[in-house]
Amino acid sequence: MSAAATTRDVRETLQGNVARRRKEDVIQGVLVSAAGLSIVISVAIVLALVFRTARFLSQVDLGALWAGVWRPRQGQFDLLSLFEGSLVVTSIAMVVATPLGLGAAAYLSEYAKPRARRLLKPIVETLAGIPSVVIGFFALTVINPTVVQGIFGATSTFTTMAAGIGVGILTIPLIASVSEDAMFAVPRALREAAYGIGARRRTVTLRVVFPAALSGIVAALILGVSRAIGETMVVAIAAGGTGNGMRTLSPFEPNQTLTAAIASLAIGSDQVKTRGSGLNAFDALYLVGFVLFVSTLLLNVISERFVRKYRRAY
Amino acid sequence: MSVAAATTRSTVQLALTGRRSDVSGRVFAALLLLSLVISLAVLLVLLGSVISDAWPVLSDRGTDFLTSNLSHFEERAGVRQGLIGSLILIAFVGAIAVPLGVGAAIYLQEYARDTRVSRALIANIRNLAGVPSIVYGILGVVVFAQALRSVTGPESSGLSYISGGLTLSVLVMPFVIIITMEALRAVPSGIREAAYGVGATRWEVVRSHVLPYAAPGVLTGTILALARAFGETAPILLVGAVTGYLSPGGSRGFLETLQGKYTALPTIIFDWARQPGEEFAHLTSAAIVVLLAVILVVNLAAILLRNRYERKW
Repeated sequence: MSAAATTRDVRETLQGNVARRRKEDVIQGVLVSAAGLSIVISVAIVLALVFRTARFLSQVDLGALWAGVWRPRQGQFDLLSLFEGSLVVTSIAMVVATPLGLGAAAYLSEYAKPRARRLLKPIVETLAGIPSVVIGFFALTVINPTVVQGIFGATSTFTTMAAGIGVGILTIPLIASVSEDAMFAVPRALREAAYGIGARRRTVTLRVVFPAALSGIVAALILGVSRAIGETMVVAIAAGGTGNGMRTLSPFEPNQTLTAAIASLAIGSDQVKTRGSGLNAFDALYLVGFVLFVSTLLLNVISERFVRKYRRAY
Repeated sequence: MSVAAATTRSTVQLALTGRRSDVSGRVFAALLLLSLVISLAVLLVLLGSVISDAWPVLSDRGTDFLTSNLSHFEERAGVRQGLIGSLILIAFVGAIAVPLGVGAAIYLQEYARDTRVSRALIANIRNLAGVPSIVYGILGVVVFAQALRSVTGPESSGLSYISGGLTLSVLVMPFVIIITMEALRAVPSGIREAAYGVGATRWEVVRSHVLPYAAPGVLTGTILALARAFGETAPILLVGAVTGYLSPGGSRGFLETLQGKYTALPTIIFDWARQPGEEFAHLTSAAIVVLLAVILVVNLAAILLRNRYERKW
């Protein structure tokens, strides 16, 4: 009797009364379900893509996926065309963003004094905040006429090169901030050892900091590629236009990427049935979305692995 | 002083102060700085060209541009519907993604032990943050616009504010979680231990000790996430933000409005950018100025907030 009462007393003293404990449990339950929601979202994405892709594939003649041209309204769903478009745009974006992003990161991490850093870093962050529609319009109205037509002599209003440069501008902040984190995390003792034996700042940056931060830098570049592949609006505005895509690696022509093809199917009047079949051209976007999802997921997982496997613990 | 001693001294001095200036090192530093300068230049050229392009519209029409509805006539078209639409979408994100994201982050950072399950959860959230935004649009079409049509908008085939707002919330949630977890991690464990030491429960520790210290970081991250949602175009293009003409609609009830068709500022920009003709180029630039004004002011506020309240432990 009294033993039980004592146990209860002790418990109340240690853990609080019933109401307080119950409140704890309820709050923990709410927080757990919030965290669990991310699993629900992932499962929903995978299921939605898999089922709709399967439905589309069961309706379409599989030869249409290798038709040589991407013309959804004519029932030609050539995936290679879209891959080539994405390849061109992503390559150009990386050519633009890699030197600028890494250069900015190295300057901020190794050269800038704390005050300059506080002033310069917001520039990169502001660039990161500019919406992609805006960059798309900029690519169409400024980059294409001045750079692509002016310097390279292209004639088309829509070019994958203008889109690629635009996507590159969008990718700079990501590469800069991820690789700057990696460089900044290199312990100061390594730098001091190098300076102590008379190394100059450039030598320290290139021979000490760069190799030590290499895993983070590679991860930054892979993330950049993933971001560039997934970028939609810049390509939709500056390179898409027609809604059709061709197998071409020329950067001076309009073309469609995986992402822009989805956008174009979504806004177009492509809800109409494809000629000569009961097929809905709109449904092709699920297949493209599935391919896009798998490619970017693979890149992200590789990037994560890279960091974990090759990170040196200091 | 002997000749030998003088030679030694000058040799040493020469070796210490440098024989020649480090030209290639300077060039290297200049190149690095140049990459920052180019980024800044791109930003300035972008702002300059957009503002000068938008000037005819903004100076002629002033606030009329902000208060007019969409129209097929260039001289009457305005961004009112887009502004309202974007604000309603942001309200959804603020009401759904922010509390859920912060809650999930609190669980993962403060409650969960470091098990295989919790590590898998975090890896999953990181992967979600890397999914291209247009894929979230597909999720929105299938789940919100089609499967849940009876809730999200029976009249508008599910292409409504509710679907758009939910889609953007799902898109932004992983970012809110990651940013909040970082802010919580930065709170030193001494703060927690002090609270536990006087008998606080886990939630009391979080509520009255950890959260207040992490608040500036959480707030900054949240603001940046909302700004991102404000400029996001691709996903809501799929869940039906209207391109082209949208009838202003008469007086409708609250729920009917949310279940009805909508448009957003970035969607209008996308639509106008594709229209041929000089007039539409000016309109597009004017709408971009409005969008950038909102986003840059918000970003600047977030950065200043962070710089002001950033603590060093």
